[in-house]
Amino acid sequence: MTDPHSGTPLLAGLSEAQRSVVEATGRIEEYTPGTRLFDEGGDADRCWLIISGQVAVDTHVLHRGPVTLQSVGAGELLGWSWLIPPYRWHFGAVTVAPTRALVLDASQVRVLVETDPELGFLLTRILLETLVNRLQATRLRLLDLYRNPA
Amino acid sequence: MTETSDSVTLTLAPAGDRLPEFRPGQFAMLYAHGIGEIPISVSAIPGDGTLVHTIRAVGPVSRALHDAEPGTVLGVRGPFGTAWRLDDDEGLLLVAGGIGLAPLRPVLRQALACRSSRRVILIAGARTPADLLYREELRRLSDMDGPEVVLTVDRGEVGWNGRVGFVTEPLATHPIDPAHTTALLCGPEPMMRFCARALLGRGVPAERIEVSLERNMQCGNGLCGHCQLGPLLVCRDGPVVGYPVAEPLFPVKEL
Repeated sequence: MTDPHSGTPLLAGLSEAQRSVVEATGRIEEYTPGTRLFDEGGDADRCWLIISGQVAVDTHVLHRGPVTLQSVGAGELLGWSWLIPPYRWHFGAVTVAPTRALVLDASQVRVLVETDPELGFLLTRILLETLVNRLQATRLRLLDLYRNPA
Repeated sequence: MTETSDSVTLTLAPAGDRLPEFRPGQFAMLYAHGIGEIPISVSAIPGDGTLVHTIRAVGPVSRALHDAEPGTVLGVRGPFGTAWRLDDDEGLLLVAGGIGLAPLRPVLRQALACRSSRRVILIAGARTPADLLYREELRRLSDMDGPEVVLTVDRGEVGWNGRVGFVTEPLATHPIDPAHTTALLCGPEPMMRFCARALLGRGVPAERIEVSLERNMQCGNGLCGHCQLGPLLVCRDGPVVGYPVAEPLFPVKEL
């Protein structure tokens, strides 16, 4: 069973030592609902491993305000723009529930990725898995499967 | 009772003899006089001889049923088909998409009525918050110390603080005990296919995953063959089948 209290189930595939190294780049933070974690275009200098709570990934649409594109909850990764230049957020993120997360320093994680190829491969694979899962889920949403066929 | 803009829940009282008791997952053939007959799963089993069906208006028959006024006489045949597996105390994970929540609702209600220590999780998806079935009932359940209810919509709206995303996403991370979980999936086939894959990836054994198939059921007795799906006659051998049975059939186009 995934341990809901570990806070970092995404890192379960790493060795204890690797996990410690990664976790050492971060700290646990808690947020009240409505806390904006980042805005479109801002520096992607952190990422969040959500321990509990929920975050809405959003974008600002003219005359509609912020529109939620995606929710990220416990056990999920928030933010990947930190890995690929230009390291800018493509969307915004705001908490919609009391949220607790392990916040990793992106520049330190990038250094780990670049200096330790084995760890870098594992971390990149974790990120890739997250991206693939989100892409598949987005494609399924695009199919509009629950649409009334009439 | 109106559920959404295009869905209602009908309670049918017997005009003649009572039908045998339905089991969760089974369906009845409902006939709108002069228009036609369609299969509809039971969405609750009150146990008093009445039948409860939730109907989404998608065609002429379902539209007629949707629009039926109190007192309307309908034709009913049933019960037909197979039922969800509910025969042990393993954890129960229900994953529903759209109108697929209706056939799982009796399972949810039965599991709660048993008041066992069985852990029950419901993950349900809909197009928008307004399209979520049984929203008030699910809200009450969420407030209870009972099932874990995770609702997610494809498109969030102002005022919606629940999840936005596809059901596969909370399914991938919600804490479960894979070896001791029975998963019941009901919704569009691509949804069930991806959900089953996600569950297999998390270690849930294939034989503990069940899906509900939708086909053109007409006779209900396995005689006419309209609902044939490979080796299955879905009205008789389904709609509920184990994933090991359904898995090789899913990728066959136009089957």
